[in-house]
Amino acid sequence: MKFTLSWLKEHLETDASLDEIVETMVAVGLEVEEVENPEERLSAFTIGEILEAGPHPDADKLKVCRVATKDGEMQIVCGAPNARAGIKVAYAPVGAYVPGIDVTLSKAKIRGVESHGMMCSVRELEMGDDHDGIIEAPASAKVGDPVAAVMGVNDPVIDFEVTPNRPDTNGVNGVARDLAAAKIGAFVSPEPETIKGAYPSPQKVELDFPEEAKDACPAFAGRYVRDVKNGPSPKWLQDRLRAIGLRPISALVDITNYMSYDRARPLHVFDADKLQGVIRARLGKKGEKLLALDGKEYEIDETMTVIADDSGVLGLGGVMGGEDTGCTEETTNVFIECAYFDPLRTAKTGRKTGINSDARYRFERGVDPAFILPGMEMATRLVMDMCGGEPSEVVLAGEVPQADKTVLFPPDEVKRLTGMNVAPEKAEEILEALGFTVRKSDPWQVDVPSWRPDIEGKADLVEEVARIVGFGHMPTETLPALRPVETPKLTPGQDRRRMARRALAVRGMLEAVTWSFLDERNAVLFMSADEIKAKGLKLANPIASDLGVMRASLLPNLVSALQRNADRGRDDLALFEVAPIYAGDQPADHQNAAGGARLSHSARHWQGAAQEADVFTVKADAIAALEAAGAPVASLQTSADAPDYFHPGRSGVLRLGPKALAHFGEIHPRVLKAMDVDGPVYGFEVFLDLIPESKKKPTKTRPALDASELLPLTRDFAFVVEDGVAAETLLKAVRGAEKKLIADVSLFDVYQGKGVPEGKKSLAVEVTLQPREKTLTDEEIDAVSARIVAQVEKATGGTLRA
Amino acid sequence: MSDIEQLEKDLLAKIGAADTGAALEEVRVAALGKKGVVSERMKTLGKMSPEERKEMGPALNGLKTRIADAIETKKTELEAAALDARLASEKVDVTLPVRPEPKGKIHPVSQVTEEIIAIFSAMGFDVAEGPDIEDDFHNFTALNFPPDHPAREMHDTFFFEPKEDGERMVLRTHTSPVQIRTMMNEKPPIRIIIPGRTFRCDSDQTHTPMFHQVEGLVIDKETHMGHLKGTLQAFVKTFFELDDVKTRFRPHFFPFTEPSAEMDVQYERVGNEVRFGQGDKWMEILGCGMVHPNVLRNCGLDPDEYQGFAFGMGVDRLAMLKYGIPDLRDFFAADARWLEHYGFDAADQPSLWAGLSK
Repeated sequence: MKFTLSWLKEHLETDASLDEIVETMVAVGLEVEEVENPEERLSAFTIGEILEAGPHPDADKLKVCRVATKDGEMQIVCGAPNARAGIKVAYAPVGAYVPGIDVTLSKAKIRGVESHGMMCSVRELEMGDDHDGIIEAPASAKVGDPVAAVMGVNDPVIDFEVTPNRPDTNGVNGVARDLAAAKIGAFVSPEPETIKGAYPSPQKVELDFPEEAKDACPAFAGRYVRDVKNGPSPKWLQDRLRAIGLRPISALVDITNYMSYDRARPLHVFDADKLQGVIRARLGKKGEKLLALDGKEYEIDETMTVIADDSGVLGLGGVMGGEDTGCTEETTNVFIECAYFDPLRTAKTGRKTGINSDARYRFERGVDPAFILPGMEMATRLVMDMCGGEPSEVVLAGEVPQADKTVLFPPDEVKRLTGMNVAPEKAEEILEALGFTVRKSDPWQVDVPSWRPDIEGKADLVEEVARIVGFGHMPTETLPALRPVETPKLTPGQDRRRMARRALAVRGMLEAVTWSFLDERNAVLFMSADEIKAKGLKLANPIASDLGVMRASLLPNLVSALQRNADRGRDDLALFEVAPIYAGDQPADHQNAAGGARLSHSARHWQGAAQEADVFTVKADAIAALEAAGAPVASLQTSADAPDYFHPGRSGVLRLGPKALAHFGEIHPRVLKAMDVDGPVYGFEVFLDLIPESKKKPTKTRPALDASELLPLTRDFAFVVEDGVAAETLLKAVRGAEKKLIADVSLFDVYQGKGVPEGKKSLAVEVTLQPREKTLTDEEIDAVSARIVAQVEKATGGTLRA
Repeated sequence: MSDIEQLEKDLLAKIGAADTGAALEEVRVAALGKKGVVSERMKTLGKMSPEERKEMGPALNGLKTRIADAIETKKTELEAAALDARLASEKVDVTLPVRPEPKGKIHPVSQVTEEIIAIFSAMGFDVAEGPDIEDDFHNFTALNFPPDHPAREMHDTFFFEPKEDGERMVLRTHTSPVQIRTMMNEKPPIRIIIPGRTFRCDSDQTHTPMFHQVEGLVIDKETHMGHLKGTLQAFVKTFFELDDVKTRFRPHFFPFTEPSAEMDVQYERVGNEVRFGQGDKWMEILGCGMVHPNVLRNCGLDPDEYQGFAFGMGVDRLAMLKYGIPDLRDFFAADARWLEHYGFDAADQPSLWAGLSK
């Protein structure tokens, strides 16, 4: 919302400087966004006087002028028809930037004659549209005076943010009231005079709403004014509207705009001769249409409040009037509408039609219902002053809604909620200045003014008092400590994510943060379209079609990101993300996962290229994340039944009992192809929330270190097993053969080929035996070896390789 | 010269001439081996008369010892020389580059969230969380957004397809629904911060459809707006790691707080850099206020008994301001160059005792 300083001063008698006014606005909650001071913008331009205007030797239309300026006497060549000796002009020196022609002046020769500077027109200084000649300032102006001040365009424009709770500040009047309460001036807001109608209104109005929609337009006031003469509005009004960025149109239209910005009171003025029969405010009907003032046609429906006559819809109540019944230069009889439209319907209609009008903006935030009739009087006065004419009596359909509200307010509430000590007299003074009426019972009864729909309870009054006193006066206090030393704050789930994140970064991966949503075309590669729909994961209004579905896996966004990086030449990369995935739309469906993806093209190196990522790299990633997150990784089992977005033969699931804690493997080539990704890409996803919470131990004591004095010894075994036997099964059998002595088992060779029968493979393990009490005898070692062989045979059918 | 002296001289000469371990060994065998000259001479002692033996015994034994010592000394010399020679041949160009190791990084959003947690945890705040997909009640109604109020328009919200009963879930537009979940499930005193993802239908240079917020909530029987001011001032000073920062609270409007405020921080722009703690411009960095009585009531708390404050701020924006990251959209692009440049080392865990950042 914009207004000019002089406009404000019509409602606020003050000596305060612009800076003080702006500071006070901010302090009371009217957040100033910009102050534009034309005086500063036009500071280069000063008054000059043409001493002599002689002919140009080479051009009939040009004159060579001697001009008295603040810089002394200057010779300026000028083509304006009105350039003549004796007039006061707007002098632009060499070096000045002339905004209207976007030129910085330099010394020039015009048709061979030197010219030092320029004399400007109104348009060249962006003070208006006039370009018939150079500015002729009043004769009383002195050489060197700033042009802006002399020409009356020294009115700073203040732009501030109107918060939705303060519809009253959509009018300059409301801003002034706040500032007066903050004591930087006196509030001036004359009650509009009541104008007696000379005759009954020939135009009738009616409300025609069903019972359940009576609140759509509870009051509709109108007044006929005959024999008006529409034309341009007076200069002061045009200047104000132009200053705040509105285009003056005609007196009748400008008056409605003025009322909107001066009193936050939107009005409409019909050309009464274009109306047919009674005007009705009613709900719209399907199929009706309106050609609105913006020249566009809108479809009407039954949720909208319309103003209509016998011919059809004339306007959307509170939003925009119609083109056909608007005022023109020829209008001679008008009908002024001043009504109340409820905020909810106005907002809905506005959203449906997409119309963003000043009227909608005000009605949907709530206009002052008590100002319907005074507003009508004020508008009538303006119409009569600017366009003449004779007003009828006011017609009112419905009743002005009563906005009486009383809030019970114990004044010490200010201290309770803000910590500020404000004397009750001070609080009372502030509330009264803002238009509240204070009755000092216990607690106080405070009557809320009709223009403050936002005030509901005592907390609202606390804010009123506190903001006028100033939040700067609030004490600054420290929250009392709850305990001598603070306790850890992370939940186990939060700590898991922290640990997993840092563990994966330690493995050389870059943490990415990607959207929670993704392209449905990619999403369906990881969850079927039916499932996405059934689980409610599809957005109704995505910001872009490629961000339309919530992700059920971290992988697709990471895989896409790998390709984007590869497209930039970075094709050796490991990304991870620790973030939510969505199994559905319920709170329990919000799950935390750690996922990663690797695209690997190892760079050459003089020691030989590094090993490229494969299934076992991402298996290690998954195990590292699980271990960091506190999962008992020694108890994990691997199965080969990963979801179908993985390569069926090169992927696995890490399980704890029946729970699948992680997937890992090569991403299915079909998925990569559909996503336009050049593979192979290896990925993993760890479901952090599924890790069982470790039991809280009574102490932090660790088990005693079991470090034997006796030297461990190792034995190698190579087993021939069926191709389908899982290594994990064999390793488990070896470990289980003699739990006390076997300290470690490592698989060091997998072999198929010569010497191993077709369909079988050889798995070689090194077993570390740790003697406990005494050195092992050969017999004891042989016995352990025999048990290992027997266990492996039992578990896998494998035999010792010959 | 006796023949023993001659022998010794010859042997020492041979030892001196041996230039390899093998040659030396040959000399040793030829002298001290079973059939070596010295050994052979020693054998003759048995056949000698006692007088002769008395003379020759010490002489031969002395010879044997000196030769053995000389061989040992020569052996050490040869070994040292051989080691020197081997090492000389093993020289590498130590200026060759090491194998590059991929360096993992932590995303600024994670790091800054941890910085924020580090500060508020020291002030006694627990860390709470809630779902990204919310219902209308928790995201709007309970937070005192009346139905169809223009304030809801301020939040251009992502909606899901309506369910059969007409209910539409939303992507939470702020972390505030977690206030509601916490107040409905826990008895005050409550002191929490709520980090998390938030979503709005907005996309330009300074807005992304997804971003991160940290919400704060304190509910008890005493906490007032002065505490809010003190808490946030302490936070800003600690977060930006400055000795002094000027802040300003001014009235604002949020449906879920009353009174409501925004906090501005004084700053100066030097080139592309925003410097807090100096200058005379104000930058809005967060919204806050006293929890609205209707919100307390909606959570079953009596606003005449309980009171407290709430605040909310953008994590991404704080990261941008502190670390001079220019474009919000880059946060979510997963560009390796950006992640490496603006990311943090895995070992760089923010803490108050070691400093929030390096």
